[in-house]
Amino acid sequence: MATNPTTPDSTEDEAAALEAEVQEFLHKTVLYRGPDREIMRNHKPAPRTALEERAIAAGTDDLTKTIIRNRLQTSANEAKDMLMHIASAPSAKWGDLISGIFTASGDLAVASSSGVLIFSVLAGPPIKYILKHWKDEETVGVRDGDIFMHNDARFGNVHNTDQSCLMPVFHEGELIAWVGTIIHEGENGATEPGGMPSAAESPYDEGLKISPMKIGENFRLREDLVTYFQNSVRDPKLQLEDMRSRLAGTMRLRQRLLEAVEEYGRDAVIAVTRGTLEFTGAEVRRRLAAIPDGKRRVVRFCDNTLREPILLKINCTIEIKGDEMIIDLRGSGPELMNRAINTVLASLKGMIAQVFLTFVWPDLPRNQAAFEPVTVLTDEGSAFDCSAEVPNAVSMMTFFPSFSAVEHCLQKFLYNDKHTGDEAKSTEIHASWWPMINGFLFGGYTQHGYFVGNVMTDINGMGGGARSDRDGEHALAPIFCSMSDLGENEMVEDELPVLCLANRRIMRDNQGFGRFRGGHGHQQVMTFKDSPLWGWMAIAIGSKFPLALGLFGGYGSPCQPLMKVKGVNLLEAMREDRSLTVDDPVALMNERPFADAEYSTAHTGMQFEMAAPGEVYAMSQGGGGGYGDVLERDPEAVVRDLRRDLISAWTARSIYFVAVDAATGALDAAETERLRDEERRARLSRGVPFDEFEQAWTTDQPPAGLPYYGSWADRTVIHAGGPDVTMPADALQPVAML
Amino acid sequence: MTTIERITEYLEVDLDSERWRCVRCGHVHGPARESYKRGLLVHRRDPAEIHRPLVDAERYEYTFAPDAQWCQILEYYCPGCAVMVEVEYLPPGHPITHDIELDLEWLKRRVAERAAGTGTEATA
Ligand SMILES: [Zn+2]
Repeated sequence: MATNPTTPDSTEDEAAALEAEVQEFLHKTVLYRGPDREIMRNHKPAPRTALEERAIAAGTDDLTKTIIRNRLQTSANEAKDMLMHIASAPSAKWGDLISGIFTASGDLAVASSSGVLIFSVLAGPPIKYILKHWKDEETVGVRDGDIFMHNDARFGNVHNTDQSCLMPVFHEGELIAWVGTIIHEGENGATEPGGMPSAAESPYDEGLKISPMKIGENFRLREDLVTYFQNSVRDPKLQLEDMRSRLAGTMRLRQRLLEAVEEYGRDAVIAVTRGTLEFTGAEVRRRLAAIPDGKRRVVRFCDNTLREPILLKINCTIEIKGDEMIIDLRGSGPELMNRAINTVLASLKGMIAQVFLTFVWPDLPRNQAAFEPVTVLTDEGSAFDCSAEVPNAVSMMTFFPSFSAVEHCLQKFLYNDKHTGDEAKSTEIHASWWPMINGFLFGGYTQHGYFVGNVMTDINGMGGGARSDRDGEHALAPIFCSMSDLGENEMVEDELPVLCLANRRIMRDNQGFGRFRGGHGHQQVMTFKDSPLWGWMAIAIGSKFPLALGLFGGYGSPCQPLMKVKGVNLLEAMREDRSLTVDDPVALMNERPFADAEYSTAHTGMQFEMAAPGEVYAMSQGGGGGYGDVLERDPEAVVRDLRRDLISAWTARSIYFVAVDAATGALDAAETERLRDEERRARLSRGVPFDEFEQAWTTDQPPAGLPYYGSWADRTVIHAGGPDVTMPADALQPVAML
Repeated sequence: MTTIERITEYLEVDLDSERWRCVRCGHVHGPARESYKRGLLVHRRDPAEIHRPLVDAERYEYTFAPDAQWCQILEYYCPGCAVMVEVEYLPPGHPITHDIELDLEWLKRRVAERAAGTGTEATA
């Protein structure tokens, strides 16, 4: 503050006092404590606290620490398993949840070993928010027995269909840790049922937006607040059951943590939670240092907003430099003002951390520090680092393909290490997993009279990418949760008025071709009966531009359409004519066995749509990418796939160049060799030298007429819908879709 | 003695001559400080030649096949043995990706360290 040299001291004191009063007023009088930028942009663990320094200095021996670490891990798994049994959300029953122990500063130190590890780097921010904004706020505070809840991704979360329960853990009056559980609940009162509204045009269409808040004290939920949350969603039964389930799981974890403190001492337990974080970060750095420095690049394209087809670019460069990794997504497409596919930066980082924790280094301790050595660069205001004022409920449409971009680039880094000592200790080199949730959401009245809105766990059956030494596995696991399950049709049909006409059927030719082929996704053919009101929804992209990438000469996997048969009650028609069947949606669409029905296909972004009983909605999960040159695929493997109906005769002949004896179905090895030699010669004759090709191929601008979003050659120039509309990457504006 | 580093299923680098080579046939693709693609043959495909329509394309707009107006497949072949080294899916005219950029000095340093027995040991 400037001071006047002639001003007497007393006035100076008064001015300072006034200034202090003004500062206190300004500090206390906050218009809105919204998402905290400082917390949300930093994914690194907090520095050691004095408590942690003291605990580590106490010098617990390594054996005891290992025992404690395993015990805490088991406790986190116990809480998760318990929730899978007692929670009501379909996703929780089949694994779409997580539980964990956090440091007193809010860093996730021990997460359940399976579950949705996206949360590893974004479950902590809500706790950090509570510590920063509510702990010392006299109307809130943080005390033993308090229960907090949150769901808004802008404060740290995947999306607001996930709800948390968070509790501080005190020991002898001191905050020593936090424990928590998070479940993908489904219904959340959004503009469409089911919790992931693609029709949302602003954050205020997305349903419950719970900033981190206290919902109970003395280990009990406040019933007025429970009622408020129930009153805000379409499924009050689910809301009540799972608020209680999450509390039960969280309290079990708290109990186990305190038992460990009782047995081994507070210092030993804190030394383990803190130490596990530090050990994990150090181990990832050691592994990164073993991978040759350099850069890898890929461009990916999101082909839909779920409302209209667009091409939204993911511009990915990954650099490894010593023991650090820089993931540079600058030059990617801009945020969309009124479409819900934007992602908050923290959610994007969570999904990318999933690559590390489950697809490259599943042996690492499950915690936040696995991502500590990574820096993510984005253009602020892009769809990959969106502002708080645009919707983000279906951010998976941008962060799933971003996962694939990183997954793909890492394989191109890791191959050398695999062949020169395997010091980075990665899993197998593999082509892209199918990175999209091709499955139905639903809303309506059940046969039991309840209104429900949620998602079919068919989304969990994504096809696995081909490995460097074997084929990918079918309908194996979703990229966001490697240990989750598809669920049981019988349970689904028992709870919902839904009939799965041809479910879990592996679809022919729905693979990434290669020396090793990708795994197939499974088909879903859905209809309903015995409900006065029922509708479907689909939130997937990849109907125009393939999503799963091949690796090292392998092809990607095909696009996936939505298929509908409307204007007919198939169940009645089948009752009348027993020869009619629906066991393959592709045959259904081509053969059109139901007279008078309307058959159509569409992209897989379908807003909530009311159906009539017996109408059919069908789609398939996608397949994983292929690995290596198709001409190197073992011809016997091709014949085996043909025999199993995984591929058509056309694919055996025209993709794999394998000849099969028409009479016996046996391999014709000599003819296959001839066909493959002929194809090799054909490649040499049709292939154009690179320089000549590049000159003819490359254009200065995206093609006119293509709804293109993102950079073209120059990452600082961002197109917003076509060649002529551009913005500088450092001054992005939200794009309004008309 | 030449020092060869395997980089992908079909690509290796000779650190002494600083050249990309084909793993299958030894064809020299070109300078290792540039993109290996520069030494390959390229073929542009309508994506429906590979991912053909599975439902009737005469009748339906969305068929499991990619939209050729949106996506083209670029195939890269070794000029020596015709092995398909890489496949790239791009919008028509989109600049080709320089997907692998090596740090040759890092690789050479590791070779020297391992020869001297000073390399980092893998730990459990
Ligand atoms: Zn070759």
